Order: sequence, then C-alpha cells, then structure tokens
Amino acid sequence: MTPAHQAPESVLFGRLSLEAIPYHEPILLATFAVAALGGIGVFAAITYFRLWAWLWREWITSIDHKKIGIMYMILGLIMLLRGFADALMMRLQQAIAFGGAEGYLPPHHYDQIFTAHGVIMIFFVAMPFVTGLMNYLVPLQIGARDVAFPFLNNFSFWMTTAGAVLVMVSLFVGEFATTGWLAYPPLSGIYSSPGVGVDYYIWALQIAGVGTTLSGVNLIATIVKMRAPGMTMMRMPVFTWTALCSNVLIVASFPVLGATLALLSLDRYVGTNFFTNDLGGSAMMYVNLIWIWGHPEVYILILPAFGVFSEVVAAFCGKRLFGYASMVYATVVITILSYLVWLHHFFTMGSGASVNSFFGITTMIISIPTGAKIFNWLFTMYKGRIRFDLPMMWTVSFMITFTIGGMTGVLLAVPPADFVLHNSLFLIAHFHNVIIGGVLFGMFAGIYFWWPKAFGFRLDPFWGKVSFWCWTVGFYFAFMPLYVLGLMGVTRRMSKFDDPSLQIWFVIAAIGALMILGGIAAFLVQIFVSFMKREELKDETGDPWNARTLEWSTSSPPPPYNFAFTPIVHDLDAWWDMKRRGYIRPTEGFIPIHMPKNTGAGFVLAVIATIAGFALIWHIWWLAVAGFVALVATAIVHTFNYKRDFHIPASEVVETEDARTKLLAARA
Amino acid sequence: MKPFGRLFRALAIIPAFLALAGCEMVVMSPSGDIAAQQRDLVVISTVLMLLIIVPVIALTIAFAWKYRASNKDADYDPDWHHSTGLEVVIWAAPLVIIIALGAITWVSTHLLDPYRPLARLDASRPVPEGTQPLRVQAVALDWKWLFFYPDYGVATVNELAAPVDRPISFQLTSSSVMNSFYVPALAGMIYAMPAMETKLHAVINKAGVFDGFSANYSGAGFSDMRFKFHGLSQADFDKWIESVKASADQLDRAGFIELEKPSVRVAPRKYGSTPADLYDAILNRCVDSAKMCVKDMMRVDAQGGMGLAGLGNVFSLAYDQPRRQGAHVAPQARYVAAICTPEAPRDGRTVEAPIAAPLGKRASLEPSTSAGTARVASSN
Repeated sequence: MTPAHQAPESVLFGRLSLEAIPYHEPILLATFAVAALGGIGVFAAITYFRLWAWLWREWITSIDHKKIGIMYMILGLIMLLRGFADALMMRLQQAIAFGGAEGYLPPHHYDQIFTAHGVIMIFFVAMPFVTGLMNYLVPLQIGARDVAFPFLNNFSFWMTTAGAVLVMVSLFVGEFATTGWLAYPPLSGIYSSPGVGVDYYIWALQIAGVGTTLSGVNLIATIVKMRAPGMTMMRMPVFTWTALCSNVLIVASFPVLGATLALLSLDRYVGTNFFTNDLGGSAMMYVNLIWIWGHPEVYILILPAFGVFSEVVAAFCGKRLFGYASMVYATVVITILSYLVWLHHFFTMGSGASVNSFFGITTMIISIPTGAKIFNWLFTMYKGRIRFDLPMMWTVSFMITFTIGGMTGVLLAVPPADFVLHNSLFLIAHFHNVIIGGVLFGMFAGIYFWWPKAFGFRLDPFWGKVSFWCWTVGFYFAFMPLYVLGLMGVTRRMSKFDDPSLQIWFVIAAIGALMILGGIAAFLVQIFVSFMKREELKDETGDPWNARTLEWSTSSPPPPYNFAFTPIVHDLDAWWDMKRRGYIRPTEGFIPIHMPKNTGAGFVLAVIATIAGFALIWHIWWLAVAGFVALVATAIVHTFNYKRDFHIPASEVVETEDARTKLLAARA
Repeated sequence: MKPFGRLFRALAIIPAFLALAGCEMVVMSPSGDIAAQQRDLVVISTVLMLLIIVPVIALTIAFAWKYRASNKDADYDPDWHHSTGLEVVIWAAPLVIIIALGAITWVSTHLLDPYRPLARLDASRPVPEGTQPLRVQAVALDWKWLFFYPDYGVATVNELAAPVDRPISFQLTSSSVMNSFYVPALAGMIYAMPAMETKLHAVINKAGVFDGFSANYSGAGFSDMRFKFHGLSQADFDKWIESVKASADQLDRAGFIELEKPSVRVAPRKYGSTPADLYDAILNRCVDSAKMCVKDMMRVDAQGGMGLAGLGNVFSLAYDQPRRQGAHVAPQARYVAAICTPEAPRDGRTVEAPIAAPLGKRASLEPSTSAGTARVASSN
C-alpha cells in the first residue's frame, strides 16, 4: 500500500526505528523465533566444540578454490530453503484464496514473498550453485592448483554472501520490495515504493553483483591462462568450456545490471529522472536494460548445467561424448545469440511488428544449437553402456523435462502467441520448467557426481532416489497445472481469485510443491545419513565412477595443492586417455609447492560492505560514508600485505602422496 | 493466416481434450477473431515443434532402456563419437523446423500486429467498406480501468462494452505505473504505460460477458484490477450507450484527479459526459492544468530546449509527487504553466521563433507569483 508520508529521519538512525521490526506480524515473528533459536544453537555448538578458530582459519579466510566452491554450495542450499519456503507460502495462499476468501496473506506480504522468491532463487540459489561448481571444478579440470586470483575468489564469495545477508535482514528489519523480481519502474520508483524494500533489493544485488563480476573475471583468467600443458582449447572438458562461456556472459552482462540499478538508485535517492514518468524519464529504458542483463543471465545459469550433463553422460555411458566439437560450437553460438533476444520478454510493450519478429526469430534460432546439444547427449547414450546411478537419473529426467520446457519457450517466442500467454501462469510454468528442469536438475546431477570427489565418500543412493523421484514427480504435479491455468487466462502474481473452477488446479500444484518439499527433505536426510555412514561409503580410489576428466586423477578429496606434478595432456578426456595409456602415478621426486596464503581481507571487506549497504538502505548517512571510507582504507591496507604466499614443504607433499600410494596399493 | 487457419482448425481438437477435463480454456476457445487467430498460431507452432519433440523424448527413453548396463545384448562402442552425416542431420532437423516457424512468425506477427487496423471480422467476412471502428480510450489507474468513448462523449469505470462484429480501436495509457490490458476472449494483451500510448485493434464475434483485467503486476491492488467486457448486439449496445449518457455523473479534470487516487474494488461507474480533451491530458500528464504537458515539453526539447531559461520549466513538470501523497493542489511556486500548442508549427523547419510567442501568451493566462516566470517571460 502507499504508506503515509514518511516520518522525519533522525541523524543517528536515518529512517530506522523500532517500528521497522515487524513484531505485529505473527508469521514473521515465528520465523524470526525459529531463525534466532537455530542461530543461537549453531553459535553455541561452534563455541562448545571450540570451532571458531578452525572456522576462521580453514574456511572463512580460505582462498582454496575447493573450499570456496563448497561454501558457495552451502550458501545456495541455505538460500534454497528460504526461497522454497516462500514458494510453499505462495502455493498455499493461491490454493485457498478463492471466491471472496482473502487467504492468509495480505497483498503487502504476498507481494514481498513472490519478489523475494524470484530474487533469492536466481541470485542466491542458482548463481551460488553454478559459481560453486565452477569454482570447485575448473582448476581441477584444467590441471591447475588454484584460480588465477585466489584472494579475489574469497572476496567474491563473501560479497555474494553479503548480498544474501541483506535480503535475509529485510525479513526482520523493515520489508522487502513488493515490485516483482526485476523491480520495473515506475512501480519501483520513489512515489510508488517509498519504503525500504526496493532499497534492500538494489543494494543486495549491487553488492552481490560485485562478487559475481569479479568471480567471472577470475575464472576467465584461470581458464585462459592456467591450463595444463597440452590442453588446447579444443581439448578442454566441456564443463570448462561452458564455464568459460558462462563467465564471459557474466563479465559482459553484470555491469549492465549494476549500471541499471545505479540509475534506479539515483532516481530514488537524488531525484534524477531516468525512469520516472515525469521530466522525460522512460521506464521502457529500464525494462530494456534489465533484460539485456536478464536474458544472458539465464544462459549464465543453464550453460554450466549443460556442461555438467555432458560430463555425466560421457562418464556413465562409458563412452566419449558424441560430437565434442559441435557441442563446443553450440555453446559458443548460444553465448553470442543470448545477447540478441532480450526483447522477447516484452513483445507486448508495443514495438513494431518487424522488431518483434526479429527478436522472435533470433530466439527460435537459439533452439537449434540447444537441440543439437540434446541430440549429442542422445547419441552419446547410443551404443553406450549406461549405468543408472543418481547423476545419470537426473540427466535423463532433465533431457525429457527440458525438452518440454524448450518447446513452450519457442512457443512463447512467436509474438502473437506471446500476446495471449505473456505474464500468464503458462509463462511461469515455462521458466520453472527450464530453470528447475535444466539448471536445478543439472546442479543435482553435478552434486551427486562430484560429491565423492569433494568429500571422499559417496552419497547414500536410497535417500538420493527418494529425493530424485519426489523432485521429478513433484515438478510435474507443481507446474503442469500452471500450463493449464495459463491457457485458462490466469495471470501471474495474483493473491486471490474469483473463479472457483480454478481452485482444483492450484490444489494440485500445491500438492506438487509438497512433493518437492519431500525431495528437499530427503536430500538433507541423505547428506546426514551418508555422513554417518561415511566409512562404509568411502571412496579411496579418487575415481569412483570410472570417469574421464583430470579431477578424477586426484585423491578424494584432493590435496590442497590439487596436483603434485602438473599433468601433461595429450587428448580430450585427459584422465581416460591417461588410464588407457597405462599411466603410472609418480611416487617420488616431489618438490616444495608454491601456494597462496589465506587472508581475512575479503571477509572484512564484505562485512563493511554489508554495513554500508544497510546504512544506505536506511538513510543512515554518517554510517554509509564511514563504511565507504573503511572499504577503501581496508582495500589499501590489504595491498601492503606482503605475506601472500608460502611453500608447502616437500616433506609434507611426500607424506600426503605416500599415504595415497599406500591406500591405492591396499586396494590393488 | 487463412490457409493455416483452415488447415489446422482440426488440430484445435487437441486442447479440446483438456477442455473435457472440465476446465474452460478461454485462450483456446476465444470469442474474438484476433484471439482466435492467435489461438490458431499457438496450435500450429505446438504441432510443428512436436514433430521434433516427440521423437527426441521417445529416443531418450528408448536409448536409456536399450543401452542400460545390465542389457548385455546391446552394442557397446566406447570410441564411437563422431559421424558427419548424423551431425548434419541433428543440426539440420531443428533448422528446418525453425525456418518454417520463422516464416510463420514473420507473417503472423505483421498480420496480427495490434497496431494494424482490422481487415476482416472473422475467417469468412472482410470488414465492410466504410465501417468506422468503435474508438475506446483506456486508462489504467491504481487499481481500476477507465474507458472513454470519444465517439459518444462518455466514460465508464471498470465496465467495457462493444457491439458484436464491429472493429474496436483501442488507445491505451496509464496514470501511474505499467499495466497490461487483457481480455483473453477478445485479443492478446498490450501494455498500458504512463505518458505513452499503445494501440490495439480487435473485434468481438459473440455476444456475452467476458473477463478483462490487468496482466502486468502493478502493486497492492493488482489482484482486484478486473472488469467485465460486454459483447452486445448493436441494439443492446445503443441501449447501453443511452444508459451511460443518462447518468448524471460527469468526469471532469477535478473529478479525474480524485478518481486516480489509489483505490481497490471500485464498482462499475458510468459518466454521462466528459470533456473531449481529458484523455489527451491524461496521456500528457497535465490533467492538473498548472502542469506542462509532456507533448509541449517534447516540442520545446525538439527545438533545442530553452537554455537556462528552460530550467524554470522543470518545476512545472513533476506530476507524480503531490498526487501520490494525496494532495492535488499544485506546489505553490509556479513557473511556466504550459505552452499553447495548436498555433505552434511543428514542421521541423522553424526553429527559434515559435517558442517565444506562445510562451508569453500562455504565461499571461496563468498569473504567476514567482520571479522565475518573469525571468522566462522577459528573456523571450
């Protein structure tokens, strides 16, 4: 609602006052109580087990790409729980708010929930999962010891986390945006959204965006400069190729997001008129700019998932990937085309027929390389010997689900068809079909595939299968009804409905969401059970799936230095090639290994950025200025830190490698 | 769309199966010709894509079954990873489909362009010579719809009516945020945006009452931003217009400023008369006559602005702020009210002269208390 005129701001606290704490909202109060109890529990446990120093030394300040990758995955998982809680609340609201019933969520609360759901799922679930996998795998796949800029990597992670923290803070202090996940003006402008919600949105994304952009720079440099000798571009694993393309997209598109949000914040903070109704502002400009970032963004997410599927299919079919070269070209073509399609998100804005046709047809063209990829996976399965372990199950489920999502996507790319389906639940069903069926299934395939590598034990397959079936079946129950509802002319973002005949479909969708809840619960149970049975599920070989790429040549988990000697690559699927040639693991001649040293600077910078962001949101100007000064000062001080590297002594390398030699010998 | 329409009409049966499940799919069985053609396109595109989607899904399942590790009868060829012929096929097959779909897209996007006046009433009837479309000017407000009927000098809120088989020509705008005008039974949606105008041409072929709503989220009252669209016979429509004209309510500028304040679930309302220039003032954000119209500002800007003197104008442009905060009086310091437009030539050749005269003229009509105006006036 349009709040009354803002109360005067105090110098000390800006517009922050006790009224910002939503203690009169029982749902939020209960959530806060649970979160606070959980937080106290974790805090107490860490203190009791005296883990603070270990946490700081081994994780928070770590610049090991493997640990940072794991921390990204943990961040994604935690935020998945939050984003999914939002989804459940929406499904419940839409299942009961019929025929005059208002449901249990007033519009102001409901609108925050769907906005938060979208923002969290894209920026703080999908992005951390994708970035986490890339971080963990890329150096291992190319035979490097770390990324090109290890400190920057740590800093990137903590900036992403800082953004997530701000979104979570908005739950208990103030409010989140009620504008939808892309915050179109004029709705997100100062007159329609005078509260702090949009400001939380802006600063959370700006701060996280710094992390994402720098991480993109880092991984591009890593892939371009740090490949093992012999690994030409056309011998890189497909996952690394997709990671490269994805990071090129990040570096090219996230600055656009940053600039767009900066213009929006200028409109809101200093009264400029880039996107306002008055004084010649144009909201259409914002919509164009945000989608020039937004469409590449979905390819940023899906390309690495395609990479995961390529690795999984080849490994579990026991067969070289069909059409490696065409897979690479398809990836590159998609990367380029993803910049030429943004307008298909708003055909209904009234562009001319020729403009709409152009963007419609470019969108369809993307389906050609994507289709080629599907065929490549298909023909990798052909004459393979397919082992249906969990990663492969997710892959087959993806191939079927994603194909359906791709079809509805091409349908939406036909402008006159889009006129009747745009902004409907059909659209919602479509993009969940590709993002869950593509990105999320890909992340699960990847997690199951590489878990033994990261932790040294496999995940328990029983609970994994429970999770898989709950997710897959639940997905169809949750989203197929939305396709039907879209064809019935039902629009997205509605908090209640008049027509009682729609209700049954929403109830089915809610049941689907509950099944997915079962899938998430089974996944968590699986991690717990597997951890308890870790001795039984232990992987001592380092190559539990008989896989093909270099990361499987290391121990599980890999030593901090990844490779005692930099491998030399002779062919695609380097590890498969090495195995076939009768590769003998070196057991002597180890030398000290030069490694980067941990630093707390990234964490400190991110904490300051969080505080400065909070101050900007609440108009606490003195704190914002102090925060900015502190950021610059910390960065400068960090440049004087000359203790940035150390050598792992040869004796330690020998010890680590000998231990592995013994393990392998015991198995033989 | 004619050949496709007839050819694929039969295929519309597919969604009809779903309709058997007991749901009414308005998008699949609309009552207006434009929406029907868009429905045909949905069906055609789907069928075209199924040509490739079905084999892919079938092959996925077949290969997954046949080449499972436990099936020792299946061939296993771990080094088979390339086949030029096959690669040509897997790139060419989607390409062919996309060429077909692209051609359909190009043609249909032009034919079904919402800005394009109608050429036919339905598949078998062209628009008769000399037919004048019914003009409707729609304004999205927070959170209700206002419809002007300029041919009749009347307006309605949250109720829209049109005669069956007469083309309707919509002009759409919004007063505060983006919305989307959508009557699924009639035609596809189009955005309604403040300070901008979009257009939509459509026709309703069946009498009846249909749902219309905003299809673009617009804030807290969005879920209630719905109206009924009445398709009426010509006689019923004439009666309906009479009933609107009979209403004693009038919608003038002051009334509009009251009406555009945010409100939800507004009952349908009829206004027996309304000034002919009100829609234009809404579009140009100068219903408050102390404000400069957007088109005037654009004209000034197009002629190079007014330099420093033009800064004074800035203060007469902000429209949102006082309104959203509940006041509808203009801020006290007024600068330049507006420029008189009809006399100012807009041929692009006259650059410097025309600004001065209208400015002085209009400024004198709106007595101002501020020094700023005096400066602007004197500088001219």
